Amino acid sequence: MFRRTAMAGAFALAASLGLPAQAQAQTEIQFWHGLTQPLGGMLEQIAADFNASQSQYRIQATFRGSYPETMVAAIAAFRAGQAPGIVQMFEVGTGTMMAAGRAIKPVHELLAETNTRIDFQDYLPGVRGYYSLQDGRMMSMPFNSSTAVVFYNKDAFRRANLNPDAFPETWEGVEAAARALKGAGHACPMTTAWPTWLMVEQFSAIHNIPLASQGNGMGGLNAELRINNPLMTRHMNNLVAWQREGLFRYGGRDGAGDALFPNGECAMIFASSGLRARIQREAQFQWGVGMLPVYQGTTPINSIIGGASFWVMNRGPNAPRSQAELQGIAAFFAHLARPEVAAKWHTDTGFLPVTRTAYERVRASGFYNEPRNAGADVPIQQMLRGGGQMTENSMGIRLGGFVEIRTIIQEEMERAFQGQQTGEQALNNAVQRGNVVLRNFERQNRGG
Amino acid sequence: MRKKVIFKGIALPWLLLLPQLVITGVFFFWPAGQAIYGSFLREDAFGLSRDFVGLENFRDVLADPNYLAAGWNTVVFSSSVAIGALGVALFLAVQADKAIRGADAYKTLLIWPYAVAPAVAAVLWLFMFHPQIGLFGRALNGIGIRWDYQVNGNQAMLLVILAAAWKQVSYNFIFFLAGLQSIPRAVLEAAAIDGARPFRRFWTIIFPLLAPTSFFLLVVNIVYAFFDTFGTIHALTKGGPGQATSTLIYKVYVDGVQNLNFGASAAQSVILMAIVIGLTAVQFRFVERKVHY
Repeated sequence: MFRRTAMAGAFALAASLGLPAQAQAQTEIQFWHGLTQPLGGMLEQIAADFNASQSQYRIQATFRGSYPETMVAAIAAFRAGQAPGIVQMFEVGTGTMMAAGRAIKPVHELLAETNTRIDFQDYLPGVRGYYSLQDGRMMSMPFNSSTAVVFYNKDAFRRANLNPDAFPETWEGVEAAARALKGAGHACPMTTAWPTWLMVEQFSAIHNIPLASQGNGMGGLNAELRINNPLMTRHMNNLVAWQREGLFRYGGRDGAGDALFPNGECAMIFASSGLRARIQREAQFQWGVGMLPVYQGTTPINSIIGGASFWVMNRGPNAPRSQAELQGIAAFFAHLARPEVAAKWHTDTGFLPVTRTAYERVRASGFYNEPRNAGADVPIQQMLRGGGQMTENSMGIRLGGFVEIRTIIQEEMERAFQGQQTGEQALNNAVQRGNVVLRNFERQNRGG
Repeated sequence: MRKKVIFKGIALPWLLLLPQLVITGVFFFWPAGQAIYGSFLREDAFGLSRDFVGLENFRDVLADPNYLAAGWNTVVFSSSVAIGALGVALFLAVQADKAIRGADAYKTLLIWPYAVAPAVAAVLWLFMFHPQIGLFGRALNGIGIRWDYQVNGNQAMLLVILAAAWKQVSYNFIFFLAGLQSIPRAVLEAAAIDGARPFRRFWTIIFPLLAPTSFFLLVVNIVYAFFDTFGTIHALTKGGPGQATSTLIYKVYVDGVQNLNFGASAAQSVILMAIVIGLTAVQFRFVERKVHY
């Protein structure tokens, strides 16, 4: 506080001497993000608003390509001693960043050293848990978070004599619905985007079964994959059987499946809640939003998040941040945590409101009652399913080399869908190959 | 006898060679040396800890069944691309070399695809053959052929071969056409007067005289298929489904850039470098002997 007053005094003095105040040492902070338009522009606008609200710090937000490209660019820059102050990192990169040692400045240290307070208790548990240590200390600043839901074509449901106003709560119900849709002549009853995230990661979380040992990797680098368990095996075998029967269609890796729903091709899609905006823009039919189904006999708990968070990076292996830079970054993070900023981001983009206050604020404004926003709060309710009491299976996933593991799981699924192996073999192979990645990562980072 | 001009002194020739040596050193020997050095290390993504592990990276890579599968994919892919691109280009060049109306227009059109970047070419093919949004992809499914390269490995391989070969046809076409035009008309006319039919004229006169061009193009096409097709594969299939279209060069990218596993990636680059050096040496030693200049 004293520092700030002193700075303000210095500014006043400079101004009274007729010096241009802007030429005073304004601390510039590089901020690399991986959001394409229009989202990228909205994010840059938040940085611009922050810059306009004060004159000490300037956040220079620049687009650095997709999430993986941004990650690689930031790592290369760090090795060259040119890393940005803040970098946006997708959730699968979290394990890699956590193990990055002195490459990063944990957010809890940043806030303590700069005397900044952000109330992380107000953040949705699923968001907070993904980016914190097991003892609750935050490692990165949560920002754009999504979760996974199901979108379904109400017109197609009507044609198949299904209830268009209630999506089945169980996989048994979904299977029956898919069969009815196929019977009614629908060529593609259901598909999925982000196959690993939806059918393995989210599936494990809401069924409260472990994806990996050590609390999904939160407890240490010696975690091992656990996805070849009976329930996961049952689901994978079902997917393969459904694909053969024509109830399920594999739509490709990552977000490739997204395109199959808005054009009416597939009647149900398991996808990121962020797909909503595109469906709203493109779909020529009535559609609804449902929560992810579970197998009968399971009480679903909260789903996990996707999206990205902001990491504070040191400039290079031997170049920590200056105090002024840390102050600026902390001030920017405090700006992001403000309810009005979080609420606006949620209503503008369809990402989750990351804090409860922001959610309450949006709900009080009547936003969810407008017909065009129907179902926009389903993702949030699903995040809070199970009373907001997360287990170590639903807190998040923290595996090193997770980008590679996701690809491995997708590859093994594809081999199963081609008929080269059963769903069970796919999971066993994925566990075996994924564990090699985990062991390599553990070896590479034990010094970290 | 060829007349030789010899420089007096040492300084001038070295000075004249210097730019080329510097470029070769900076853009070839230095990165190649870095790759060899990196292949003996195991380090984390941020370069904060590094261990010297000797040949362990090579052992791991060569013991990985997926790597060996990628090697086989590369053989299938590269030979198909080279043979396909050379065959089609030769056919088109021979046709365009005939006295036909509007030959110049054909030639120009045939050269155009070379100006298209590999990734863009791949996207064009994607728009044609995507099972749901592609024109031909939909048509194939419409007539009852189950076309979906996202789950069918053979179809995926076929598609990347077509896209990669298509782009190289133009390049080969230019060289074949130039080669054809340099064949003396008198020889062909003499053969025709002696009663040789077009097919025979092609095999006994044109093809042998084209041999130097063909040999050069074979080397270039193999190198293209090995190294420059990364963009095509990345945009079309990302190496999938499974790892059905993952070639050696694509695995280098995936392991190095995407998976941040630098040691394994460097080891693969070194292996790839050795393969291409060996392949080129074999070509020059054995194939070139059969070529008459």
